[in-house]
Amino acid sequence: MNAIIAIALNTFREAIRDRILYLILAFALVLIAVSHFVSLLTVGSEVKIVKDLGLSAISFFGLLTAVFVGVSLVFKEIERRTIYTLLAQPVRRWQFVCGKYAGLSLVLGLSVVLTGAALLVAVALKGEAPVDLLPAIVLGFVELELIAAFAVLFSSFTNPILAAVGTVATYVVGHLSWSFDLLEKRMSGDIGKAMCRGLHAVLPNLDRLNVKASAVHGLALPPGYFGSAVVYGLSYAVLIVILACLIFERREFV
Amino acid sequence: MSAVIEIQGLRKAFRGHLGIGRKAAVDGLDLSVKQGEIFGLLGPNGAGKTTTLKMMLALLRPDAGEVRLFGLQPDDVAARRRLGFLPENPYFYDYLTAVEFLDLYGRLHGLDAADRKRRIVTAIERVGLSGSEGTPLRKFSKGMTQRLGLAQAIQHDPELVILDEPMSGLDPIGRRDVRDLILAQRAAGRTVFFSSHILQDAEMLCDRVAIVFKGKLRSVGKLDDLVAREAKWIEVSVRGVVPDDLPGDRTTAPDGTTLLRVEGVPSLTKVLAAVPAAGGEVLSVWPRRESLEDLFLREIGRAKAEERAS
Repeated sequence: MNAIIAIALNTFREAIRDRILYLILAFALVLIAVSHFVSLLTVGSEVKIVKDLGLSAISFFGLLTAVFVGVSLVFKEIERRTIYTLLAQPVRRWQFVCGKYAGLSLVLGLSVVLTGAALLVAVALKGEAPVDLLPAIVLGFVELELIAAFAVLFSSFTNPILAAVGTVATYVVGHLSWSFDLLEKRMSGDIGKAMCRGLHAVLPNLDRLNVKASAVHGLALPPGYFGSAVVYGLSYAVLIVILACLIFERREFV
Repeated sequence: MSAVIEIQGLRKAFRGHLGIGRKAAVDGLDLSVKQGEIFGLLGPNGAGKTTTLKMMLALLRPDAGEVRLFGLQPDDVAARRRLGFLPENPYFYDYLTAVEFLDLYGRLHGLDAADRKRRIVTAIERVGLSGSEGTPLRKFSKGMTQRLGLAQAIQHDPELVILDEPMSGLDPIGRRDVRDLILAQRAAGRTVFFSSHILQDAEMLCDRVAIVFKGKLRSVGKLDDLVAREAKWIEVSVRGVVPDDLPGDRTTAPDGTTLLRVEGVPSLTKVLAAVPAAGGEVLSVWPRRESLEDLFLREIGRAKAEERAS
């Protein structure tokens, strides 16, 4: 556990000493601030605009952080050969991968806490109770955890560009996974149907973690939805991290 | 004494150019290093030294054969706990300071905060980096990085220190410091295994050496056993008049000093008598035995000849 914590804290330190994180955070905070003024242009639904823009900013800039920081996590260690000394220490390879993922999770956590707090303040300033937004913010964080797991997975065997393409593609496909369900219904052949069913089952269903619409319109989530979505997202992330560990275990450092 | 490192029948091949065929980097290597030894793995660039070291640290998997450190598999954390490693041309996290960097590695070894603090001070002092504790590593020169890498390798007092080309990139003072540090490790009863192509350092430090060429072990043993004990020739430095009929080759330096290369004691006796008689002065007499470099070149030459013959 010591090794995982040490690697996680080092990864966190690396990210917070990198200017790119501040740039992403600053953009997110500026967007939340601007949403206040944008909302003035509309009639009647001012607070909805603030909520909508704010939640979108949290996910979008969180996604940027997960992709930018995540895809080069393992690659940079190999390219700069810092991994040679690190793996010569009493560190198991899976501990290295988990430490890297935990460090990235800390960065994402910090990003969501800061931007989430800014949004809650912005909504409170509009005179509405911001508590309704919490499930959407938490599930947004779970989604980022899942995307980060994919970033670490791709980073464990390929270069940052391919890893970024793979991560973004997973994000897009994850939000379109309902289309496989639809496609299955429209397909006539059994093989095609089976493929659609398989893809729908295997690919992450990120829409399950997206409850922005309910939060913006103040609608209550069905009972048990929040808990099951959290469990779904985190279990999926854990599986992906385990897969990354298995791949990394087999890697050779020429 | 028990073997700290046991290598048997180690083989590793990589894909050839454009992915065609396989090229052996290490080809059936057997080695055994005992506790308390300074062991040098010597060979020209591309001989397979770094590949061997990487297999010793489980960074690469052997195609055949095995490595045992303290009788354990190299990927066993119990073995890693007992060793320190410095890679060739190290590069460390440049966003950390020297203290933060050593603290990270101390944590990875499970040392508590007070212990880490104490060891960091000692390690930084031992490698001569006092005053640079708070400097970010991106501002470190190559020599400073090498020293910090050494501090990282020894701060937890490992029983085995593995160093890949520890002298490369160092100035003469740095090389002397590293030599002293390696000798201090032996004095403390630790085992040092290092790869190098700088023979002068190996000659000064090693109890035993192994010479590898194209992945194959060419020669292994104590330096005294490998290189001829008897003087091969004697260098006589002479100032002033040097008679023309003296035996041996001669070289005259710009300051007028002549260096005579004499073979055998009878020739030396003749030189020592003739020079004063002609009004010259003998400045020094230096018997030269075979050096590690001679052995190295001989072994590499032999390996190349065998290769041509086959």
